[in-house]
Amino acid sequence: MANSAHADTLPPGGHAADDEGELALKDLAARYGLSVSGARPGLVPYTRQLWQRRHFIVAFANAKTRAAYATAQLGQLWQILTPLFNAAIYYLVFGLMLKSDKGVHNYIAFLVTGIFIFTFTQSAVLAGTRSISDQLPLIRALHFPRACLPISFTVVQLQQLLISMLVLCGIVLGTGEPVTLKWLLIIPALALQFVFNTGLSMIVARIGAQVTDMKQLMPFLLRTWLYVSGVFYSISVFTRKAPEAVRWMLEANPAAVYIELARDALVESHHKIPMHTWALGVGWALVIGIGGYVWFWQAEEKYGRG
Amino acid sequence: MADRNVAPTVVVDDVHLVYRVHGASSGKGSATSAFSRLLTRKKAAGVTEVHAVRGVSFVARRGEAIGLIGRNGSGKSTLLRCIAGLLPPTQGKIYTDGQPSLLGVNAAMMNDLTGERNIVLGCLAMGMTKQEVAARYGDIAAFSGMDDYNGKDFTKLPMRTYSSGMAARLRFSIAAAKSHDVLMIDEALATGDRAFQLRSEARIRELREEAGTVFLVSHGMKSIRDTCERTIWLDKGIIKMDGPTEEVVAAYEKSA
Repeated sequence: MANSAHADTLPPGGHAADDEGELALKDLAARYGLSVSGARPGLVPYTRQLWQRRHFIVAFANAKTRAAYATAQLGQLWQILTPLFNAAIYYLVFGLMLKSDKGVHNYIAFLVTGIFIFTFTQSAVLAGTRSISDQLPLIRALHFPRACLPISFTVVQLQQLLISMLVLCGIVLGTGEPVTLKWLLIIPALALQFVFNTGLSMIVARIGAQVTDMKQLMPFLLRTWLYVSGVFYSISVFTRKAPEAVRWMLEANPAAVYIELARDALVESHHKIPMHTWALGVGWALVIGIGGYVWFWQAEEKYGRG
Repeated sequence: MADRNVAPTVVVDDVHLVYRVHGASSGKGSATSAFSRLLTRKKAAGVTEVHAVRGVSFVARRGEAIGLIGRNGSGKSTLLRCIAGLLPPTQGKIYTDGQPSLLGVNAAMMNDLTGERNIVLGCLAMGMTKQEVAARYGDIAAFSGMDDYNGKDFTKLPMRTYSSGMAARLRFSIAAAKSHDVLMIDEALATGDRAFQLRSEARIRELREEAGTVFLVSHGMKSIRDTCERTIWLDKGIIKMDGPTEEVVAAYEKSA
């Protein structure tokens, strides 16, 4: 072993003797089996750690939901009012003023389902973009798998969605749709969308942690996505004269896929959807869900840097 | 100082840390300057680099209590964050035995949430199970004194209503609820009142017996002298002196 005085207290600016010193320190660490601090764990141990923090994820989401409305007089009543107002405004603009309800039987149910489902993805992505960069003090203070944060923020949006769903069921029933067994299909549809959203949220969280301009850019990307996703018009009606490839691309868009799945489940008068829509829904959830998770994990040790 | 043959718990090997600060220079504010920056493809304008730690190396051994002193901005807190693995070093490596824990005043809590929720969330984030949290909750609230502060139960109030000293007490109580292999304390006690300082010093001694190594950052030379046998003096991101507390503190006080 190198002389111990040297190993213990290197003189200031003393990395002239670097080669020798570095080797000695490295060897010393290896001899006593020390591990590199803050190193990224393997994917399996990481997943295990994440599973251990499942209660943290849920508790953090609950706390964030409660805090979001803590200063409003009406409190969590806004969780119901916000989607209602949104639905009313879109109906005013697209249903009454622009009349984009061509070829749709029950436009109100069609529109409101589209808006609520799209909002779930939209707000998950927005929250995901900020989930790392806005929580930097927490990340620099405590140890936990960072994937907790984007997942937790997606759970917040899921809670909001479930409340919106109650509102939605009321609206759909109010427009004269019957309750059928098919309504149960909304559960797997939302589960798939949740997995997709979580993956996407982790992807934008990593980007947002490194590219600070992402927060400004994201609303524009999301609005573009909203307009091409058939939220307030029927893609199949609008693309009747368009080339096959264009129609196919619009219909394969994950937001459009999940919206169609929800409409198919809840709105009886909605046109029949082909089976491959379900295949697309599963495919998007798996690819983005797993891909986003792995990609997020690959930068795990760097999130503290900001 | 600890025996040379005692196992090391922390090995810091030529660590550098550079903060990249966005929006620090004046150039970013105006749209025209941002545009001309894009046109001229000048790299990273509006980003200032702060070289906070510049090549620090030392070895800490089991059973040591090490004081870290130095002026504001000399890199003490940054170094501790690097050791804790919360901030990856830009260059160099840090090796540790087990998971080091950092107790700091800047440790974030969620200000819009009540003290009660902060305790629960903090414990869950540290990896405790729900049952452990439920079992320790009473102790933590009582140790912080927040459950009955001036006759009021502050754990039911959001943390933004706390004074800075009260917030520090709660943070310390949460972090001290767990025993740690390597414990780093960053000015956590400075804001507490006399009674709480005594209580937390006793807790630190307990933790130190359980822990391998304790690091203490403080500007109070008395608490450094009381708790640490070895002291490292950081100046402008490099180690100016490292040795027995008496010598280092004396030299530091002379320079001030």
